[in-house]
Amino acid sequence: MVKMITTGTTAIATAVKHADVDVISAYPIRPYTGVMNSLAKMIADGEFDAEYIVADSEHTQFEIAKHAAACGARVFTGSAGIGWAFAHEALVVTPADRAPVVAMVGNRALDDPGNFGVEHTEALITRDTGWMMCWPENPQEAYDMTLMGYKIAEDPSVLLPYVVCCDGNFITHVRFPVDLPETEVAREFLPPTPPPRINVLHPDKPLSIAPHVDYYWGAEIRRQMDQGMRNAIEVTRKVHEEFYKVFGRGGPPFVEEINTEDADVALIGMGGMAMPAKAAIWQLKKEGINVGYVKLRRFRPFATEDVVNALRKFKVVAVLDNDFSFGAANYGGIIFQEVRSALYDVPERPKVVNYLIGLGGREITVNAMRSICKQVKEIAETGVVKETVQWVGLRE
Amino acid sequence: MSWEKLEIRTLKDTPKEEYYVAGHRTCQGCGPALACKFLAKAAGPRAICITATGCMYVANCSYNTTPWAIPWMHAQLGGIGSAVCGAAAAYKAMMRKGKIKKEEIHVIGLAGDGGAADIGLAAISGAMLSGHDHLIVTYDNESYANTGIQASSLTPWGAWTTFTPPGKMLRLGNVRVKKDLPKMIAAGHPNVRYIATASTSFPFDLMTKIRKGLAVKGPAYVQIHTPCPKGWKFSPELLVRVGRLAVDTGMWALYEIEDGQFKLSYKPPKRKPVSEYLKLQGRFAHLREIDYRYIQEQVDAACKQLGIE
Repeated sequence: MVKMITTGTTAIATAVKHADVDVISAYPIRPYTGVMNSLAKMIADGEFDAEYIVADSEHTQFEIAKHAAACGARVFTGSAGIGWAFAHEALVVTPADRAPVVAMVGNRALDDPGNFGVEHTEALITRDTGWMMCWPENPQEAYDMTLMGYKIAEDPSVLLPYVVCCDGNFITHVRFPVDLPETEVAREFLPPTPPPRINVLHPDKPLSIAPHVDYYWGAEIRRQMDQGMRNAIEVTRKVHEEFYKVFGRGGPPFVEEINTEDADVALIGMGGMAMPAKAAIWQLKKEGINVGYVKLRRFRPFATEDVVNALRKFKVVAVLDNDFSFGAANYGGIIFQEVRSALYDVPERPKVVNYLIGLGGREITVNAMRSICKQVKEIAETGVVKETVQWVGLRE
Repeated sequence: MSWEKLEIRTLKDTPKEEYYVAGHRTCQGCGPALACKFLAKAAGPRAICITATGCMYVANCSYNTTPWAIPWMHAQLGGIGSAVCGAAAAYKAMMRKGKIKKEEIHVIGLAGDGGAADIGLAAISGAMLSGHDHLIVTYDNESYANTGIQASSLTPWGAWTTFTPPGKMLRLGNVRVKKDLPKMIAAGHPNVRYIATASTSFPFDLMTKIRKGLAVKGPAYVQIHTPCPKGWKFSPELLVRVGRLAVDTGMWALYEIEDGQFKLSYKPPKRKPVSEYLKLQGRFAHLREIDYRYIQEQVDAACKQLGIE
C-alpha cells in the first residue's frame, strides 16, 4: 500500500491502470481532463498498456467506448458539463447495448452562462437511462469506487455502464491523502480480464447486437435493463464485501450515516459537500445540538430500502441538492424528488425539505451548513415548515 | 490474408458463400441491400460489420430475423467512424495483451450518405486519422431514404426530395452541389492508403475494392453508388441499369486512390448523355432541357478533370 497525497483525477487514473483497461477514449474538457492527461503519461512511460484514442468529440468518445466494450474490451472514458451533454446520444444507447463501460464525470455546471464550477445536474440528466451512478466524497473514494465499478458493471447479471461522478475542482483537483495499493493487490480484487458474457462481437460466435425491434420486443428489452439495475443492488453489496476483504475499507455500499444515533433531524446529500456538512455537525455537537448527516453514495440504482432505513426515524430531513430541475414538483431539486418519493410509504414519515446549494460552483461553507442545521432543528421543534424549497446564499 | 485471391475478376473468383442472407425487409430492387451482399461475400467469415442508423439498420436488421451471418452491431447515425475505431482498438489491444487469440479480424463500418457525409463526417475524419485497421463503407443512395427521402449533402443538384420539392417558386428542387466525400477524405487524410469509389452495377470491381480496403494496413474508405428505386423514383427492375448509366454518363466515376495515386477503374468507351440517366428517374422529372444542358456541362468538366473523355 502506498499512501500518497494526490488528486481525484490521478486516483481514478491509477484505478484505471490497476484495472488493466484495454481502450481509452479522450477529449478535453475541464475539470475531468486531468484523468486523461495522467493516463496518457502512464501509457507513454510504459506503466501500462492500452489503446489511447484521441477522439474528435465527446459523442465519438462514448461511441468508441461502447463499441470497444461490445468487442469484449475493458474500457474507460469520461467527460464533464456540456461535454457530457454532447455525448448524450451515445450515452443513452450504451446501457441498452448492455456494454459495461466505466466512465468518470468531473461535475461541472452546464453552459450558458459559461462556468467551471461544480453542479451535479449534467450527470443527473442521465439518471433515467440505465447508467449506474456514484458520487465519491474524496479522491480515496474516487479510487475505490472506480475499481469497484468494473466489477459491478461487468457482472453478468448487471452489464450496465457505470459512472463515477466527482465534484469538479473540489475532488478532481484537490490533493488528498489516498491509499493506493500495489497493482498485484488491486488485481487480486479485480482480475485484468472481465468475466465471460454472451454479447461479445467476435467472428467465432456471430451474433447481431441492437437490431431494430419496434413494439414487438421493445418493452421486454427495457424490462431486462430494469432487471439489470435491480440486480446491481445485491451485486454492489457483494462487491463492497469483497473490496473490504482485500483492502479493509470501502464503506457501506449505498448510504453512510454520520452522527445519526442521537439526532432527530438529518441532512442528506451527495459528493464533496459531505466535508463542510460534517464539519458543521461536529461543531454543533460540541455546542449541544445534534444533527445527523446521511451521505448518499450511489444514486443509480437508488437503494430505496437503505435510504428509507437511514431516514425513517427522523422528524425532519433536509435534502441538499447541488443540482436543479426547473419546474419540478415544488420547484425542488432532483435528489429531493427521489428522497421524498422513497419515504412516501413510511407510515410516520419525516418532513422533507430541500436546499439548493452550491449552484454554479459557489463554495458550500461550514457556516451555510450550520445555518441549515439550525433551521431544520427549528422545524423539528415547531412542526412548522415555512418554505419547503430554499435556495441557499442567494444575493438579492 | 484471409482470402485465396485479393482480386475478384470473374464469377470463378467469387466465393459461393453468402454472409448477408434472407431476413431483411428492404424494398424491391434495393441498391444498398445489394451492396451489403457483395460486401459480406468479399469480406468473408472473419469480419464484423457495424452499421450506422439508416435504411441498412432499420429495414435491414430486425430482432430475431438478422440477415447477417457475420457479427453485426448497430452504431448511432453519426457514430460509424467512432464505432470502427472502438472495435479495431479493442481487438488490437486485447490481442497484444494476450487476452484473445492473435488473428486477422476485419472491421467494417457501413453508413449511408447522410450518416457519412453529414452527421458522421467529423467522426469519419477522426477514424481516418486514428491509424486503426478498419474499412468504412458509404452506401450512397443520395438521400435520407429511411426517413422518407430527404436531401443529404450527397443528393445531386436538381433532385426532388421531400426537403427539396420543386414548386411554383422554387422549380429546381435541390440546388446544393453533391459533396465530393472521397476526395475530401483523400485531401484531408494523406495517411489513408486506400480510398475508392464503386457501384453495385459493377460487382467484381466492388468486391475487389472491399478486399483491397480490408487488406491495406490502417484505415480505408470505399464509397458505393447504390441506386434507390423508391427515393429516385424508378422501377425496381431497372436497378442495375440505372447504376450502370450513372457510370456510363460520367455522373458517377469509378476510381481508386492507392497510396496517394489516383487511378480510374473504368473508362466508359463512349460517354452517354446525362439525360439518358436523368430521364429514367422520377426525381428529375421536373427538370427542363436547359437543366439537362447545365448538368451535362458540370459533368463534362468533372470528367475532364478525372481523365474521362
